[in-house]
Amino acid sequence: MASKALFKYLPGHQAGAAGTVSVLVNGAVVRMSPASSLAAGLLAAGITAVRVSPVGQGARAPYCMMGVCFECMVDVNGRPNQQACLITPEDGMEVTTMQAAPSVLDAQEAKHV
Amino acid sequence: MSNPAIPLNDAPSQLRDLVVIGAGPAGMAAALAAQRRGLDVLLLDEQPQVGGQIYRSITQTDAQRERILGADYVYGKSLADQVRASGLTHWAGASVWQIDPDKTVHVLRNDRTTRIETKSLVIATGAMERPFPVPGWTLPGVMTAGAGQILLKNAAVVPQVPVVLAGCGPLLYLLAAQYLRAGVEIRAVLDTSAGTDWRLAIRHASSLLAGWGYVRKGLGLLREIKSAGIPFFKDVGGLRIEGEDAVRQVRFTSAGHSQQIDCELVLLHQGVVPNTQVSWSLRAEHHWDDEQLCWLPVLDSWGQTSLPGIYIAGDGAGIGGALVAEMQGALAGIGVANSLGFGTSEDGAQQRAQIAQHLRIRPFLNQQYRPKDEFRIPADEVVVCRCEEVTAGAIREQVQLGCVGPNQTKSFSRCGMGPCQGRQCGLTVTEIIAKEANLPPQEVGYYRIRPPLKSLSLAQLAAGV
Amino acid sequence: MNNNTHSSDVIVIGGGLVGSSVAYGLLRQGLSVTILDGADDTIRPSRGNFGLVWVQGKGFGMADYARWSFGSARQWPALRDELQAQTGIDVELMQPGGLHICLSEEEMAQRVDKLRWLESEVGDPAYRSTVLSRDEAAEHLPGLGPEVAGATYSAMDGHCNPLKLLRALYSANIAKGARIHNRMQVDAIRKDGGIFHVSAGERAWQAPRIVIAAGHATQQLSAMVGMFVPVRPNKGQVFITERVQPFLTHPTNYVRQTDEGTVQIGDSMEELGFDDMVRVPVNARIAARAVKCFPVLANARVVRTWAALRVMSPDGFPMYQESDSHPGAFAVTCHSGVTLAAQHVFCIAPWVATGLRPAAIEAFPATRFTPETEVKPYGI
Repeated sequence: MASKALFKYLPGHQAGAAGTVSVLVNGAVVRMSPASSLAAGLLAAGITAVRVSPVGQGARAPYCMMGVCFECMVDVNGRPNQQACLITPEDGMEVTTMQAAPSVLDAQEAKHV
Repeated sequence: MSNPAIPLNDAPSQLRDLVVIGAGPAGMAAALAAQRRGLDVLLLDEQPQVGGQIYRSITQTDAQRERILGADYVYGKSLADQVRASGLTHWAGASVWQIDPDKTVHVLRNDRTTRIETKSLVIATGAMERPFPVPGWTLPGVMTAGAGQILLKNAAVVPQVPVVLAGCGPLLYLLAAQYLRAGVEIRAVLDTSAGTDWRLAIRHASSLLAGWGYVRKGLGLLREIKSAGIPFFKDVGGLRIEGEDAVRQVRFTSAGHSQQIDCELVLLHQGVVPNTQVSWSLRAEHHWDDEQLCWLPVLDSWGQTSLPGIYIAGDGAGIGGALVAEMQGALAGIGVANSLGFGTSEDGAQQRAQIAQHLRIRPFLNQQYRPKDEFRIPADEVVVCRCEEVTAGAIREQVQLGCVGPNQTKSFSRCGMGPCQGRQCGLTVTEIIAKEANLPPQEVGYYRIRPPLKSLSLAQLAAGV
Repeated sequence: MNNNTHSSDVIVIGGGLVGSSVAYGLLRQGLSVTILDGADDTIRPSRGNFGLVWVQGKGFGMADYARWSFGSARQWPALRDELQAQTGIDVELMQPGGLHICLSEEEMAQRVDKLRWLESEVGDPAYRSTVLSRDEAAEHLPGLGPEVAGATYSAMDGHCNPLKLLRALYSANIAKGARIHNRMQVDAIRKDGGIFHVSAGERAWQAPRIVIAAGHATQQLSAMVGMFVPVRPNKGQVFITERVQPFLTHPTNYVRQTDEGTVQIGDSMEELGFDDMVRVPVNARIAARAVKCFPVLANARVVRTWAALRVMSPDGFPMYQESDSHPGAFAVTCHSGVTLAAQHVFCIAPWVATGLRPAAIEAFPATRFTPETEVKPYGI
């Protein structure tokens, strides 16, 4: 899942330092800063492609980082298609990436964030 | 399966004097100006902190980032401090999803929908990157320069692999300089502006001189970049980003010569444009500006739109930069105060004069960094609607059949129907139709923008009041 | 006149679903057609459809409308095939049968009474619906909620992609040589020596026959040729979700899953004049009802909402009228342009071409209304 990371933290801002949270991304623990967006945390952890276009099935990744492109959509705590660049990571948050069209029949009760 | 609980909605709040949407420099200044004149103000933003995009995460930054980002960024602290000290009511994480004609604002926040009633509105939702449709622009590994800046500001995150910067405009060079200070390897800068045609630029000599402060800054950045020995390609055309499911290389021409550069990360930028999603959804009047190549809301001298009581300030009114945004915000806040009978009927002349002074550089910048036609009105093969993967050729086909409006092409092709609701394709489609049908963009028009401005779930919509 | 005049056999005023269907019907009979269509950002009800090709329950109080709708549904596959052959566009007609969901026992009882009346009036053994319990309905509708009381099912019902239909008709009309003029607002019609002169600003056209299928402008234009064709806007709010995995094969009255995978949800009926702004309380009710029907949709995200203004007659049924004072001028209007598209192609167009009024539309003259006719709010 995690390919080579295109991004890294500046020195002194490594995830793992004081003030990080543990987010489950596709079942694996990824440490992220709660001061930055989920999309930033994913990119810095080497997770670039985060969804599959439901039209052409191509891989898509965050593009604008400010909520206008809708490319960074991931499943958060059972809720599909949340814009990761607008979400603050929290301890225990469960993120699923590479979803195309969500399945409603498999919908779980959403956990309230 | 039991019926999931419909989230509760907050009871409608009391009638406010002013709701400000967007907590960037324009929004902060408008809220402060109004509050200082006695108005009851609510400041909303979908981000967790104030600052908008230009001062993103300014309240959480550190010395290292300040050094990289520069004094213009650090300046934003003063505004954020004033907001905190003022006791202004600020709702963070508030996503505005609909605004009614009577100015009622519908907000989603913490999974709750709320209706806010207000006498007046300042829309300060700022700008967004101009779409940059080239082959391969939807590949993972392609982002905007603005995204690069946001990653730096918000997360202290920078590229780990050599990055190609492509496009034109001061923000591209600024990012390059910032990356240099951060020790990021820049593989190349591909400048897509149509060459430094100083003869054209001379037409704007007075603008150049008036805005010399801005220009000197820009030249300083270019010096930083060039003295670092970064490959700098001029007059770039035919840009293609290639790769299977990630970026592998870019190909382009520079001054007529074919080039190819292996890379995994490309940041694109050809200027910013007003984010007009909210103003179009309200059916405010807009006009097409041929110099800025975008839609501008029609505003009076206080920033009031064609809809009484609704104002726009900042880059959403037309690109002017952070300082202009702050001044326009203050002007709008004063205008609102005057219209509601607060304050001392200030005439705003001083603010307008300062704004005009700072805007004098714009004609020069608009000319110098005018995005090339091929990058605004791309070839047939290029996807213009990222969400629905509709190509420029598909739009042209519709025009050939007689469609001369973006709403008809939307109905016939799905272009503009995806989650971004036309933010990434709207300008491109208007210009493609205009060129193909030989009509002015003003006549072609724009998408009919409908709520929700941000998607929300059925359960959240069901809780709406 | 020194302006552009185009001669064709027929001028169709209105390029929405009704106008485009009639035009196509005329073209396939070998007539030449000019279509005059309005501006891009006007009301355009044809861009706001729900997409049902629906029969059950229609025509309560006027069985002829039930027959008319039923006849259209039966001819729809032929229309689909022709359009596909003509243009390559598949308008995604699916007729697996549809379900009308009821949310209370009382609603079920009223519904059943209505359907039984219709069946006995129509008197056609093929015109049929079945009453289903909630559990029986759930076999057809995965994810159906526990609060649903039941449903009525009819094999006659289906749906299509209404925008692809509009586009297919547009393309087919061009392929068959129609001259389509966009951004025209017709402001004058007169008849002179057997020829109608239609003008829009500086532009003008002439033809021996005209069809007025101009949506909300139909009444004003019909008056110019001696017809009283009363229409008024009836507002319906609809919204659509992001794409989800396919789960619904049958369309229902409130919810259907499109061929794209998006879920379309509606609707409402209000009489608010020409207000097409979306209102939150109405959408909230529609959304709550949809979640009641399909709790699995609670987290599906709504991408776009709109309000379409139905072109509504005083009794809600179509108006098909040839002018007595200006023979050769035809008014064609309804609010079910999707379901009735087949009739408009195969039955209405021949009527316009020949002037021979088919028996099936006997019940729908505009002359059944006068300016004194009481207008009851429809469906509210």
